[in-house]
Amino acid sequence: MTLIPGRIAAVFGGRRWRSLAPLAVLIVLCVLIAIANPNFIELRNLVRLANSAAVPLTLAMGLTFIILMGSIDLSVEGTLSVSAMVVVLLAANDANGNDYGWWAVLAAVVAGTAMGFVSGLIQTMLRIPSFMATLGMWFIGLGLSVYMLGGSAIRLNDASIRDLALHRFLGLPVAVWVAFGAFLLAAIIQYHTKLGRHILAIGGDEDVAKLSGVNVTRVRITAFALAGFFFGVSGVLAAAQLGQSHAVIGDGRLFAAVTAVVVGGTALTGGEGGVVNTLIGVLIVTVLANGMILLGISPYIQQTVQGLMIIAAVALSLDRVRLRIVK
Amino acid sequence: MSAMLNASGIIKNFPGVQALRDVSIEVRPNEVVGLIGENGAGKSTLMRVLAGSYRPDGGSLTLDGEQLRMRSPRDAARHGIGMVFQEQSLVLNLTVAENIYLGEEDRFTRFGLVNWRAMNAAARRQLAKIGIDIDVTARTSELTFAARQMVELAKALTLEEVVERQLLILLDEPTSVLNAADIEVLFARVRSLKSRASFVFVSHRLDEVLAISDRVYTMKDGAVVAKHRAAEVTAPELHEIMVGRGLQAEYYREARQLAPRDTVMVEAKGLGANGAYHGVDLNIRAGEIVGIAGVVGSGREEVTRTIGGFLQHDAGEMRIAGDMVRFASPEPAVRKGIGYVPRERRLEGLVMFLSIAENISLADLSSVMRHGAIDYGKERRLAADWIKRLRIKAPGPDAACRKLSGGNQQKVVLARWMTAGSRILVLDHPTRGLDVGAKEEVYELVRDLSAQGVAILLISDTLEETIGLSHQVLVMRDGEITARFDASPGKKPNQVDLLRAMV
Repeated sequence: MTLIPGRIAAVFGGRRWRSLAPLAVLIVLCVLIAIANPNFIELRNLVRLANSAAVPLTLAMGLTFIILMGSIDLSVEGTLSVSAMVVVLLAANDANGNDYGWWAVLAAVVAGTAMGFVSGLIQTMLRIPSFMATLGMWFIGLGLSVYMLGGSAIRLNDASIRDLALHRFLGLPVAVWVAFGAFLLAAIIQYHTKLGRHILAIGGDEDVAKLSGVNVTRVRITAFALAGFFFGVSGVLAAAQLGQSHAVIGDGRLFAAVTAVVVGGTALTGGEGGVVNTLIGVLIVTVLANGMILLGISPYIQQTVQGLMIIAAVALSLDRVRLRIVK
Repeated sequence: MSAMLNASGIIKNFPGVQALRDVSIEVRPNEVVGLIGENGAGKSTLMRVLAGSYRPDGGSLTLDGEQLRMRSPRDAARHGIGMVFQEQSLVLNLTVAENIYLGEEDRFTRFGLVNWRAMNAAARRQLAKIGIDIDVTARTSELTFAARQMVELAKALTLEEVVERQLLILLDEPTSVLNAADIEVLFARVRSLKSRASFVFVSHRLDEVLAISDRVYTMKDGAVVAKHRAAEVTAPELHEIMVGRGLQAEYYREARQLAPRDTVMVEAKGLGANGAYHGVDLNIRAGEIVGIAGVVGSGREEVTRTIGGFLQHDAGEMRIAGDMVRFASPEPAVRKGIGYVPRERRLEGLVMFLSIAENISLADLSSVMRHGAIDYGKERRLAADWIKRLRIKAPGPDAACRKLSGGNQQKVVLARWMTAGSRILVLDHPTRGLDVGAKEEVYELVRDLSAQGVAILLISDTLEETIGLSHQVLVMRDGEITARFDASPGKKPNQVDLLRAMV
């Protein structure tokens, strides 16, 4: 059985130079920033970097499967905020008397998974494009969580959950290890399971996959539930990092996740790329953001740069001329 | 010998069309059954019924004497029926092994993880069995069409690993993308596999069907009209039955080839485009059909695309009805009265999801506008009129174009350009993928257009068609015109002379 390192080698083995481009971009970016500001490669900054990559990485793992399938999941922020809301309200907090400890974490992850499951059901059963189904779920989730939080910020007082962000293991916050675990899980699912293969097949050619006996409906629903699972985990991490949950906990997360997936080289048309690409993509996005802060660039310009980056990434990732029609 | 598969009285209806009317066929063990018929005769529908993709509205299927009810291709697979599709059915971003066992991963899965090494080994064994040497870890997109076809065959044959009976493999026009050498390879495989499986073979090419089949069923208008032992019938005889008329008798409507008028519609002098062709002189008069012969890469495709507005010329000059032009896109070409009939109807010729009426008015909406708005009644009447005049087989003007057969789709494309008042038509392989009957109807139409004074530029798959239809044949080689032949009725050049100038 080809193990993950072998698969990584295959991805970057240079069948086409394009598959190497994201890695090259990451390295060049790191070198340039380190030259401009040597503080960049200080251990303290690297830990900060890893910490700020934790939530985007976990989110982007889920999103990668959806984009590989040729669909899109816009419910990232809604699902994340529901999960953060659930964990804060069920664990020890300053708004009610609940104190379910780690059961709250479990409930939050289940809530995220359920949101994804519903998105999958809506898409397949009502035959609504994933774009619309998840756009709806985004606002359903956002409205629900803001309502439950009563419109205010609620503090998370459970010390063991807070430790996800505060406690360190081998010099890195536990949240970083959780994110890395999410990456390994996603890699195993993509490269070593039937589900991963079927997602790739659907992204490649859904009709053919169906004719070959792939249960497309089930794979789609499972993929959305899986994405919801990762979003749920991210919600818990985000709540632990902030020590609270509030209405805007999800703000900007969708953009960051989509950028990471696309910059990593996963094709929006589906069937090409994968979670290893996304790992690189998340690092590019995080390093760039971190570097711009170190270089003292205005936050508004930072946003503009991110916008340019996502367009440039898509422009470079595909042979645009081959696309007959752009919708 | 008793039948393995027996289909009797199969009926299948689609909105407005009865695709299969009481069709009965049988397939015996270790036999290759050929299935021929014009486009729209019901061959593909019958294959899909046998493969479990379509459920018949009537009739019965039995396999080894047992009643067969299939709800999906998966059900069919469980009974040992596999299909190799006309449009290739491999997922191109997966490897060969992954494709062969797509949907069957469970056999290699333990504790939720797929053992790729075992899958690759099984795929290798499977390919070895049919004597083919392909790297099972190669991405399918990197294979040639012929190799992909072999992979599809291997995929269908994996059924024998899970099914306890002889297989039935349905080959739906497997040769349409293969060259002669690859077809021989495929046939050799099929012959050697006959000891283990039966085949149903569908093709347009009658000689192929006769070469590979034991028995041949001929379909026409959704019914089986004849069955023969392959050894006891010839291709012309089958053709006669299939089309119901003779092949050569006035096939290209030569008697209707009139002398062209004097007005020059298209005039090119020293035309050239970025290395694809150069120094092309060309005149097409009203009512004239000019054919260009040439092999792939001769530059003839590029010349037609230049006139259609898809490729800009960068040398020489071109005049349309006397006006100097240089088209940057098809739109100004359409405004100049040029209609382009592409070979890929599905991709370029029609908006498949729109109705016949909407497609016909597409190039010239002003023809159905009133007071600045689309008059739907007028649009439908226009379409109904064309359906009658061109004998388009369709339920009505509102029918979606994707539901029509190839020949009828081509008629809709032509109707659109006639509506737009095109005085010049570029026919880019106008009969590709059409059966004989539909071809003849297109020829008839081309003659009608020519008689009305339309100037026509033609490139085609066969020399015979180019010669048969044209007033004048140009031969191109390496981007240049190497010969010009007069092709007036009774003075048609022969194919050998053309070939000499082509290569």
